[in-house]
Amino acid sequence: MYILSENFFLFLEILTSQDVAMNKVVKNAEEAIQGISDGMTLMLGGFGLCGIPENSINALVKSKVKNLTCISNNAGVDDFGIGLMLQGKQVKKMISSYVGENAEFERQLLSGELEVELLPQGSLAERCRAAGAGIPAFFTPAGFGTEVAEGKESREFNGKQYIMEKAFESDYAIVKAWKGDTDGNLIFKATARNFNPLMAMAGKITIAEVEELVEPGELDPNFIHTPSIFVNRIFKGENYEKRIEQRTIR
Amino acid sequence: MLDKQGIAKRIAKELRDGYYVNLGIGIPTLVANYVPDEIDVTLQSENGLLGMGPFPTEDEIDADLINAGKQTVTTLPGSVFFDSATGFAMIRSGRVDLTVLGAMEVNERGDIANWKIPGKMVKGMGGAMDLVASAQNIIVAMQHTNRAGESKLLQNLSLPVTGLGCVKKIVTNLCVLDVTERGFELKELAPGVTVEDVKNATAGKLIVEGDIPTISV
Repeated sequence: MYILSENFFLFLEILTSQDVAMNKVVKNAEEAIQGISDGMTLMLGGFGLCGIPENSINALVKSKVKNLTCISNNAGVDDFGIGLMLQGKQVKKMISSYVGENAEFERQLLSGELEVELLPQGSLAERCRAAGAGIPAFFTPAGFGTEVAEGKESREFNGKQYIMEKAFESDYAIVKAWKGDTDGNLIFKATARNFNPLMAMAGKITIAEVEELVEPGELDPNFIHTPSIFVNRIFKGENYEKRIEQRTIR
Repeated sequence: MLDKQGIAKRIAKELRDGYYVNLGIGIPTLVANYVPDEIDVTLQSENGLLGMGPFPTEDEIDADLINAGKQTVTTLPGSVFFDSATGFAMIRSGRVDLTVLGAMEVNERGDIANWKIPGKMVKGMGGAMDLVASAQNIIVAMQHTNRAGESKLLQNLSLPVTGLGCVKKIVTNLCVLDVTERGFELKELAPGVTVEDVKNATAGKLIVEGDIPTISV
């Protein structure tokens, strides 16, 4: 009985202490990307230029870290997003579903400086989700009978053919959210959600940059998209440009 | 002959009340302009939006709100956002009733090629492979021949395949075709187009039976 209560008070003490190790909030992008080193695999959230972690990408460009493998649906444009990392020749390999908007990307690909693995967008998303869900592989019909299926196991279920896709392995996942709290809970805005919550679950270490950083309790638990447990580092981003690729009006 | 708007108008006649529809980039996007007044369809954008509204006005533009073609769009009452895995879950599980997409080539078995031209810069398949592998009902919207005047309706694909046996219906500038076990079945002709014109522009097996009605749009 005595031991139990002692443990209980110890537990309370931990709960209420300002334990530095538990603090996920970092000052800025430079601090957030500490530990990312040459040759690592990164996941970068966003669809096109929508919902990309602008601050972290800029910090990666400044850091000059290189030989990176980047898992991201797209590769940015020449002067924005992952395109900036390509300009700095920091990327060894891109794993994407669509890379068509980037001349420097094309040049590096054709010259053999850059390797690219193209995947169906749904498979890319699901490989992130699987990684975050502790599922090593899954079967999907996308790509069966195409060059995407080469070297992959295929199997028939209920008369239909599927190929096996494996969960991604990545060292860091870097995502952009709209709102976050200092515990790491995240809320995304509109279609800037895209790959962000999937990747947030999938990184060995997940970095989240947010437009608004609030105290725990300020976000309604009913409307949180990414639970804090998946997020290791969080910071408030600055000066979001939010460039639009296809500005289309009525 | 049908122009792009005409192809879109004809495809819009395939829409049914209550359909969830995914429209690809190019001519398929135009289909949204011709949804009949008396029916209600919901547009799905696989990046993360169900219930896509029209393009925004200048004041409504939101960089965080785009469609799968990366165009700025709007929401409607009842719209919902989700992550991209959920977007493709809707497609893979067969909940999207109709998918309309473009193609570079279709063969007489309904295989489609629309993502890669060998020797040219490969941009990627985006969501096309997921869509064609899982959609219940796929209509291809395309020109009947390529810029060199060669048929895009073939016995065998010359380009890398996107998906096998998935195309059910094709609407081109010349005609409407169903893809069946027998080949390309001519169902309707565009105004001013003859059966002979379609035969000349179709390299794959073309089935013509009975009187072929003219497309009314």
